[in-house]
Amino acid sequence: MDWKRRHVLGLADFRPEEMEFVVDTARSMEEVLTRDIKKVPALRGKTVVNLFFEASTRTRTSFEIAGKRLSADVVNFSSATSSVTKGETLLDTAKNIEAMKPNILILRHPASGAPHFLSRFVTCSIINAGDGANEHPSQGLLDLYTILKAKGKIEGLKIAIVGDILHSRVVRSDLHSLGRMGGKLWLCGPPTLVPREMERTGARVTYDIREAVKDADVVMMLRIQLERQKTAYFPSLREYSRMFGLNRSVFSLAKDDAVILHPGPVNRGIELSDELADSASSRILNQVESGVAIRMALLYLLAGGHDASH
Amino acid sequence: MLLIKGGRVIDPAGRRDEIGSVWIENGKVKDFLPGEEAPGGYDGRVLDARGKWIVPGLVDMHVHLRDPGYEWKEDIRTGTLAAAAGGFTSVACMANTKPVNDHPEVTRYIREKADREGAAAVYPVASVTRGIEGKEMVDFAELAEAGAVAFSDDGKPVASSLMMRRALEYGKAFGLLLLSHAEDPELCGGGAAHEGWTAHRLGIPGIPSAAEEVAIARDILLAKQTGGRLHIQHISTKMGVDLLRMAKRAGLPVTGETAPHYFTLTDASLEGYNTNAKMNPPLRGEEDRMAILEGLLDGTIDAIATDHAPHDDYVKRCEFIAAANGIIGLETALPLSLALIAGGKVTPSRVVELLSVNPARILKLAGKGALGKGADADVTIIDPDAEWEYSEDRVRSKSRNSPFFGWNLRGRAVATLRGGRVTHSLLEGVAADA
Repeated sequence: MDWKRRHVLGLADFRPEEMEFVVDTARSMEEVLTRDIKKVPALRGKTVVNLFFEASTRTRTSFEIAGKRLSADVVNFSSATSSVTKGETLLDTAKNIEAMKPNILILRHPASGAPHFLSRFVTCSIINAGDGANEHPSQGLLDLYTILKAKGKIEGLKIAIVGDILHSRVVRSDLHSLGRMGGKLWLCGPPTLVPREMERTGARVTYDIREAVKDADVVMMLRIQLERQKTAYFPSLREYSRMFGLNRSVFSLAKDDAVILHPGPVNRGIELSDELADSASSRILNQVESGVAIRMALLYLLAGGHDASH
Repeated sequence: MLLIKGGRVIDPAGRRDEIGSVWIENGKVKDFLPGEEAPGGYDGRVLDARGKWIVPGLVDMHVHLRDPGYEWKEDIRTGTLAAAAGGFTSVACMANTKPVNDHPEVTRYIREKADREGAAAVYPVASVTRGIEGKEMVDFAELAEAGAVAFSDDGKPVASSLMMRRALEYGKAFGLLLLSHAEDPELCGGGAAHEGWTAHRLGIPGIPSAAEEVAIARDILLAKQTGGRLHIQHISTKMGVDLLRMAKRAGLPVTGETAPHYFTLTDASLEGYNTNAKMNPPLRGEEDRMAILEGLLDGTIDAIATDHAPHDDYVKRCEFIAAANGIIGLETALPLSLALIAGGKVTPSRVVELLSVNPARILKLAGKGALGKGADADVTIIDPDAEWEYSEDRVRSKSRNSPFFGWNLRGRAVATLRGGRVTHSLLEGVAADA
């Protein structure tokens, strides 16, 4: 198929064929990662800038490795401030970086819609590496890829996502990727963190983790952040862990071959028990591995690698 | 001497809706003359308004003129020129300037500058608390003497129930009116859009309807407790309308306003993180929009006010959550309000009440909102059928933050007169009197 996108801002407007195409491309990239010399010249002479306005080690590193495997020059730019009231605006920062002629800008920003906004003003490509509570498209695609590797399909699978749905950009991308590929999604957590309106995506909402996990093929646990307790979303981590955490007893309700995902970093013993995190059912490290391949695929496609091969 | 000739004179305060002419002398209305033609022997200036409506000058009881302090966004001259272009002859400006209008000197500055440069009458609204900080009351009586027509911390709510109670109660001694920006700041939290499907989908932190409704309910109860005069600003929710209706049925001295964007748009306009659809209170859902229309129709909502909130480009040209709240509205309020008539339930007379008669009555503006003998010669001539496109290059305001650019609008003010002087004219051969 033809790849016509200049940006990857979110999966909201991705068709299933496009997502399959990215996964197929990732599959061929993954082959590179098994070689002794894990590097191909596809992006030689191209510059990729990681522009991160939020702390993130794994996503930034994943993109950095992905870029380097493709021989791109990868530069990291981190900024602690992201508000117009504190010095340089986001637009000015981005325009300054663009003046240095990068080919691809990878943006993480705490404001939902920040990459959509910048895409109206810059000429280089943008990959959204997480914008506020909106989307994290490469995560949505790597979750798709990881589940495909584990289950061979998405269609008809019961996929439970448990945790802070309200603030999760991972969920909003997964709803597009896994939902659009035919997965039956269940969203679970305390009512303060799971808006009922999310049922309009076609997902089911429940406040009972047992109902969500029962007969599930995939259980994805989300990281719960301590500051949510301080703003009264739930009473204590102890109660949260008891009522909405995944442990052996709850997980036994899932299908025998069910797998566990987590976008990381894991709070062991809080949303996920220590033993399950390391169990044979866990695919958490596979997600990290798939992540590099997916990000290589996105960089490759945006850099025009696909056109060049024709 | 001036005769506005042969239009449909809609003057709800004088129970008039008929073809005729308005005769003006020395800045006041001298008389109404029935029929299309000028009386025999009249040899003064004539403004031909045949096929047009002649209505009392429009009154906007909620604008931000940004003067003093933020003159790069708007000033009293440009703000009142925008008002005149939109058909307004009087505006009440909010106190969140820099310095805040919490001192008679600021009130006098606004009035004097408006007298010198204003293309519309400007009525300053002073703050309820010093610096809009919610801690100490302003000197209400002194500010009223200096010309403040009402009091509001608009832009921010009066967060403390006790402060609101005291202000309503104390103000009774001087017959003061409190305008309430009704919002529970804690419930509002860090929200930036109506808490509903659109915000959840776009990952924007929500502002629940209850943040407004809790505050409206509180203020109504405090008005009942104290007997103080209360007006609810920019109502955006269904329950907000319901609460006001209930208060009126209970005979409480409470009035309320909404803005054109709340009966024209919904949160669907946020699509693509459109910062020109960001305001506080936020654009709500369709059910709320319908309830506001109902409130305008049945008399629950007394006035349409613009909440004209000019902002320079760069505070809107940024990520959604960081963008400033508010839109300009003076030049679009009239056609958006006239669109209510097309729905078939709202009469032209009701629109004039909402945009002129009622705000003038609520603010007790002598001589405004009516065309009877002796009233100020503030007149708006409306072509209800004019079709035009609202475009950026014709905006009179200094700012360009509007979600309505590119809209094809119907109806507009083709001439505006203040005190018998033309402040705006699109009529052939008629120029503004500068």
